[in-house]
Amino acid sequence: MSASHLAESVTPAAGSVTPAAGRRSSPLLWYGGTVLVLALWLAVYIGLRPAADALTGFLPVARESRLGEALAFFLYDTPKVLMLLALVVFVMGVVQSFFSPEKTRAFLSGRREGAGNVMAAGLGILTPFCSCSAIPLFIGFVQAGIPLGVTFSFLIAAPMVNEVALGLLFGLVGWQVALLYLAFGLGVAIVSGWVIGRLHIESWLQDWVRELNATGGCCRVPEDEITGVERLREGLASMREIVGRVWLWILAGIAVGAGIHGYVPAELMARIMGAEAWWSVPAAIGLGIPMYSNAAGIIPVVEALLDKGAALGTTLAFMMSVLALSLPEIVILKKVLKGRLIAVFVAIVGTGILSVGFLFNVLFG
Amino acid sequence: MKDVKVLGPGCKRCETTEAMVRNAAERLGIDAKVQKVTDYAEIARYGVASTPGIVIDGKLVHAGGLPREEKLEEWLTA
Repeated sequence: MSASHLAESVTPAAGSVTPAAGRRSSPLLWYGGTVLVLALWLAVYIGLRPAADALTGFLPVARESRLGEALAFFLYDTPKVLMLLALVVFVMGVVQSFFSPEKTRAFLSGRREGAGNVMAAGLGILTPFCSCSAIPLFIGFVQAGIPLGVTFSFLIAAPMVNEVALGLLFGLVGWQVALLYLAFGLGVAIVSGWVIGRLHIESWLQDWVRELNATGGCCRVPEDEITGVERLREGLASMREIVGRVWLWILAGIAVGAGIHGYVPAELMARIMGAEAWWSVPAAIGLGIPMYSNAAGIIPVVEALLDKGAALGTTLAFMMSVLALSLPEIVILKKVLKGRLIAVFVAIVGTGILSVGFLFNVLFG
Repeated sequence: MKDVKVLGPGCKRCETTEAMVRNAAERLGIDAKVQKVTDYAEIARYGVASTPGIVIDGKLVHAGGLPREEKLEEWLTA
């Protein structure tokens, strides 16, 4: 957007000079700059803890008090989460510049179920995806003859196991939990998609989608040659966009997390969300469906819950259901799926998440 | 007269893309009819799987994400 501003300030006399010319800087500058910024990022990140502690020390509340606990959490977590998010989104933006929904579609079309489900779930992480283009993507996949179950594996994995979720889990809760989330999130997407495929319920798509399917025939999407510097720029652009879009969610999430941290007694949490209470997993999922948040908002809450002794399985089930099953998404899907298919989708994914929750509580309870 | 279609449901990026196309056409002094296509079935007919997409004179030139300013000018002047 700043680019268009820049361009508008160019006088008509200089109209033949494209704004691109002024911005075409040398690759060396870009790569060097990237390394420099990353080093700076690391230095600031390491210094966050002492800085936040010092800052809390200046506040007129005792560090050990409830308010002190909550404030310390908030002051340390806010910059930490934002910095981690910026880094993760930048790196993934660069990685995702190698992928596109169109390329993924071409790759998946003609794959059989089974292997297709596995590849679709994996590509769901790597392909740039936003929920606002979920419908065109869904239609595009079906139109290209990708089996319904494989399409669903992609659609389940993409919002649930995304770079923001993994990056923040890694940074805030630890790599073990991030890895478990990755493995089981993919598992849920693969198995749910496969089951939906087995049901052979293509007739439960809205009629107009099936008619499109019958006409078939897709055009080729042009592919740009893209340089390393342009990939970096793509990473920067997605960083600006995503951080700009979700920072408020993060603040809200951290505020809730801080509240839990300071005010919710640990034994209460253990009783409600502990491994002993078997009903807590379905309850957490039921609670998660109507809640709509994105990964960035939910993870500070997850961190606080785990810290207070909530069981890992229950907490991850909660997170998965918030991300993978949300009411707004269901409303959007209604345009392409008949109600029955949506019910099946929610039931199958819900069951998958439920199993993950129980399994974790048994394994790590 | 260029016939430009911006493919995309109501998302923010699609609106930004439409504005970028209009600005670029005006800046370059190109006579262009810019149209927004929001109907899912029609979007699907162009074969894109990601929006926003840009179609110029019936030819798909871009899909997914915001177009780059310099590319946009290239397509419009082609």
